[in-house]
Amino acid sequence: MNQIEQIDIPQVIEKMTGRTTRPVTTSRARQDNFARRTFFVFTLLPVLLILIVTIALLARSWPILKAYPLSDLLFGTVWKPTNGQFGFWPFILGTFWVTAVGVLLAVPPCILTSIYLAEYAHTKLRSTAKPILDLLAAIPPVVYGVWGLLAIVPFVDKVLAPLSDRWLGSVSIFSVNQPTGFGILAAGIVLAVMIAPLIISVMYEIFSTVPNDLRHASLAVGATQWQTIRNIVLPQVAPGILAAIVLGASRALGETIAVLMVVGNIPQSPTSIFDSAYPLPALIANNYGEMMSIPLYDSALLSAALVLLVIILIFNILSILIIQRMLRRKWS
Amino acid sequence: MLHSYSAPQQGQIMDSHIQVKNLNVYYGKQQALKNINIEIPKNQITVIMGPSGCGKTTLLKSLNRFLELNDGTQIDGEVLVDGQNIYDRDVDVTEVRKVVGLLAQRPSPLPMSIYDNVVYGMNIHRMKSDRKEYKAAVRHYLEIAGLWEEVHKRLHDPATSLSIGQQQRLCLARGLAVEPEIILGDEPTSALDPISSQNIESRLIELKQQYTTVIVTHTLRQAKRLADYVIYMYLGEVIEAGPAKEVFGNPQHERTRAYLEGQI
Amino acid sequence: MVLMKKKWQRRHIVEAVIKSVMQFSLVVVAGALGLILWTIISRGLPALSWDMVTKIPEGGYYMGKGGGILNAILGSLYLAAGGTFLAMVFSVPIAMYLKTYLGESKWGNYVRLSLDVLWGIPSIVYGAFGFTVMIALGMRASLLAGIIILALIELPIMTRAMDEVIRRMPVDLEHAALALGSTKFEVALRVVTRQMLPGITTAILLGFGRGIGDAASVLFTAGYTDRIPTSLMRPTASLPLAVFFQLGSPYPEVQQRGYAAALILTVIVLVISLGSRWLSSRLNKYTIK
Repeated sequence: MNQIEQIDIPQVIEKMTGRTTRPVTTSRARQDNFARRTFFVFTLLPVLLILIVTIALLARSWPILKAYPLSDLLFGTVWKPTNGQFGFWPFILGTFWVTAVGVLLAVPPCILTSIYLAEYAHTKLRSTAKPILDLLAAIPPVVYGVWGLLAIVPFVDKVLAPLSDRWLGSVSIFSVNQPTGFGILAAGIVLAVMIAPLIISVMYEIFSTVPNDLRHASLAVGATQWQTIRNIVLPQVAPGILAAIVLGASRALGETIAVLMVVGNIPQSPTSIFDSAYPLPALIANNYGEMMSIPLYDSALLSAALVLLVIILIFNILSILIIQRMLRRKWS
Repeated sequence: MLHSYSAPQQGQIMDSHIQVKNLNVYYGKQQALKNINIEIPKNQITVIMGPSGCGKTTLLKSLNRFLELNDGTQIDGEVLVDGQNIYDRDVDVTEVRKVVGLLAQRPSPLPMSIYDNVVYGMNIHRMKSDRKEYKAAVRHYLEIAGLWEEVHKRLHDPATSLSIGQQQRLCLARGLAVEPEIILGDEPTSALDPISSQNIESRLIELKQQYTTVIVTHTLRQAKRLADYVIYMYLGEVIEAGPAKEVFGNPQHERTRAYLEGQI
Repeated sequence: MVLMKKKWQRRHIVEAVIKSVMQFSLVVVAGALGLILWTIISRGLPALSWDMVTKIPEGGYYMGKGGGILNAILGSLYLAAGGTFLAMVFSVPIAMYLKTYLGESKWGNYVRLSLDVLWGIPSIVYGAFGFTVMIALGMRASLLAGIIILALIELPIMTRAMDEVIRRMPVDLEHAALALGSTKFEVALRVVTRQMLPGITTAILLGFGRGIGDAASVLFTAGYTDRIPTSLMRPTASLPLAVFFQLGSPYPEVQQRGYAAALILTVIVLVISLGSRWLSSRLNKYTIK
């Protein structure tokens, strides 16, 4: 054999340039390689986007974070931008109250509905319920707001508030101090309906990760269906149920327009579910117009957005990790 | 009679525990069982055999009303246990399943401890009144299932830590603990290694004095080892049913003969 | 002889009670949809007129004089269509890459996680983000800015919708194509694309529906105007904001028109939602399941 013929040319180039050239043998393979790289760049986009959004808001919030200690901003109770007072506490409380009421109202019917759909309902009912949930999820926030304004606010004002005043008036969180109908309860009811489809469909998916073998093992010894659900299914899905609730809560935290329309928008520390409140998203949306005219105002509002984003990111990542893990179990 | 060939096989059983009458099962539009008429003898092992897809498992699961767990299953006809039609309107399905236990194809330990697995069914039916009774019962049924020696030191370990063969014996103990009269086995050894399979088989043979046992199997050899009574099915119909000796020794139907000779 | 007759034990009563509570919950959830639709239709329909959908606001419109909200209807269609198109340009390659190259790999699951996280970021935050970028670039509120921000909002929704559909595609088919000597890129292009058609259709309609209903982000980025946009660099009106602003008016006539605008928006969204179900069920017939 001739010595020269044994020289592997790609190998030589590889050594000289430090680049791998060997896999590239045909134009089709090259095309494949190119596509692989281009596609990869695309997948960086969602990952980067989270970072970019956070960094951009952080950069804009920087002036106010530098001017005031974080604790003054978060726990300050006075909001007078013209005086240079930026206390977020009433708005943080408002966000918390509205979200808590919304989630508390949504969770019981959502758990019950998803159990019913996953464990009891026949295929026919399931395939009817699916489009109903899809439609509920598709209705835009502003339409929910209109519904809240036309139906829920009067309902709270004319029905729930008098009832509560009569029977629960002595309990402070149910006392009616500002009888307008606008307030935390109205916002909570609207939010509960808005987040229900998401919570139900996530819970439904979680229930379907429990293998039927387990259900059958329980039924085979003569357990009723509910005994099977309570003893076998629910303990298996408990983390997923919790994650679905947290996911729903994070949606409620960020909801803007629908809440804004029915919550009353009074910056105060609420003490009752009939009180008005002023959640963070409403604050941002209501004041974007003036925010360039007062010093640090824009920075304050964008730092409110940052606070919201950070809380929601934490909630989201935790719950999605749990849900992803549970759903993957089904496929393995 | 629509199916005259099944007539002579009936009435030969002195003491039948289960009678299936004119049973038709449909999955949607597809008919899975066609006019089944059989009797299953008390305290013997009955083996249902036949090529795959012949409706063996469907027939088995009609006996503890597991068929209705699937949407779109339609069941016509009667299944009498001690003369009581288990599909009657006023029959409690959970009571049926208490009387008719099932050993599944794959061992399905519940996600709890070994002890709790055995206790599970007893608890559901509130069969015992205090811890002492439960403890004694757990020991008793684990002994019957031939598992006590292996697990008595780790009763509170998760059931999934057992080997697959042990898991199946645990499932047997769990099923027996609710005091059934009938044990159904849906190819109960098909997921197990030969030694574990043999272990389960000898348990079933020991137990047949007290329990009516119905086993679905796809291996002819297992059928021959276990069966006192044989039902041969093909395409959703019972082709031949009778005492094991007669069916294996002198099959009446050519299809059965073909199967026994390994042609199907 | 064993008794198997039904005795009403405690556990049976518990089962019956729980089951009926569950059925009641389902009725409440479904009933909420009915209530919403009924409210919107009964209040919106009387105020709906031909002028509403064919004219733009005339002088004094916001004090109850003549005109319509064609500017908002068209603006919303432009915004949603542009946003959906832009989001598709990015989401199709990502979904394809997830399927053909990443599968269930670690990086693939990171990408899915980040898409799901993006999905959960509220539109007000996207709006605020868009606003900061626009200040930095010296841009004014415009159709283009609105389209870009809507594209960001729709991107995770559309990508995940496609991903979920093609994830169910049988692996055998892909392997068969690979075994015949195709490269992964060719598999992506030929096989996956055909399989993706229902996914893409669903994704487009889902993204469009989300885009057309979004208010908080558009508020910051697209502004509002009484004119029909003629250029990407001009601000534009949108339906959700038309609803929002008209409801804020003290004039009852204007509020009425707000209800009518909400009805128009609802009808558009419902048609899209129902259409996507119908289309994807039709398209699914032509793909291997």
